[in-house]
Amino acid sequence: MPHSRQHHLRRPHRPTHAIFPRTPNPTIDPGSVNPADDLRFIRDTMERSASFTAVPGWGQVILGLTALAAAYIAAHQPNPSAWLKVWLAEAVLAVIIAFISIRWKANRRGLPLFTGPGRKVALGLFPPTIAAALLTFLLQRNGMTAALAPTWLLLYGAGIITGGLYSVPAVPVMGLCFMATGALAAVAPAAWLNGNAANYFLAAGFGGLHIVFGFLIARRHGG
Amino acid sequence: MARALAQRRKPSKPATPARDHAPAPALQLPQLDRLIHERIRLGIVSALATNASLSFKDLKRILKTTDGNLSVHARKLEEAEYISCLKYFEARVPRTEYRLTAAGRRALTQYLDQMEHWIRVTREE
Repeated sequence: MPHSRQHHLRRPHRPTHAIFPRTPNPTIDPGSVNPADDLRFIRDTMERSASFTAVPGWGQVILGLTALAAAYIAAHQPNPSAWLKVWLAEAVLAVIIAFISIRWKANRRGLPLFTGPGRKVALGLFPPTIAAALLTFLLQRNGMTAALAPTWLLLYGAGIITGGLYSVPAVPVMGLCFMATGALAAVAPAAWLNGNAANYFLAAGFGGLHIVFGFLIARRHGG
Repeated sequence: MARALAQRRKPSKPATPARDHAPAPALQLPQLDRLIHERIRLGIVSALATNASLSFKDLKRILKTTDGNLSVHARKLEEAEYISCLKYFEARVPRTEYRLTAAGRRALTQYLDQMEHWIRVTREE
């Protein structure tokens, strides 16, 4: 049988557009247009892409630096009550910094503050924050100050994971790291946590993790 | 039996044509921008409208599409000057960054207006 080099699938003399004719009419078929579906698609795409920018990276870095300062100040307090006051002041400062930096980032990008991903993050973070506040009151009343650091780290981590599910992968990973730090603090001996270990865990979590992940988010996701 | 089989094999003519082209509605519908009407291209423009810039990788993730598909549609938008493309190296890794141009933003705004108008017209009808 003679060997043939001819290509049988596509005849070379026949132009491709003869087989697959181009649409002669450049206008859009009105039957194919679904404005409501198109508008929904635009809104969903905008929300999905906004998740890249909703979390403020530089805000987190500043927040981490204030947490390191708070850990240093808290370590020099004479009693647990004063120690708690330092960390509560840091929590209030952190909320202010977070609010300002989220607003700054939303304004810079021309994004609404409390719609779409921003709202989802806030809703995800809200229940664990309330739980942390109530548990702080309860543990302090029962003199279990050693349990405060792991409780804060675990609940904050849980809130970041649930809120960050709609955001960039770095955010839920940061939440997971917070929970891991909290778990380490939870299994640490109580004597350590009554000493300076609580400050080390809190500095590593609220300070270190915020700075590292904040820097990553700022570099990769625009501020 | 044989006749029944032969009848079954015989290709029967469909009662109605395969593609029923409905007549175009006699509504005063706006002429849509074909370039932006396509889903991936509409997605690219919409995503860039809420971000100063997005990388190729980010857009691929948002639109859940393939490299080739995104690249073809992004080039069409680039040719129409709806988006601008910046290629550079970061630590020896090639990066592609897209931005929405003023013409692209205008086209999206006009498209949104047309969609609103379309809804209004079809509701009135």
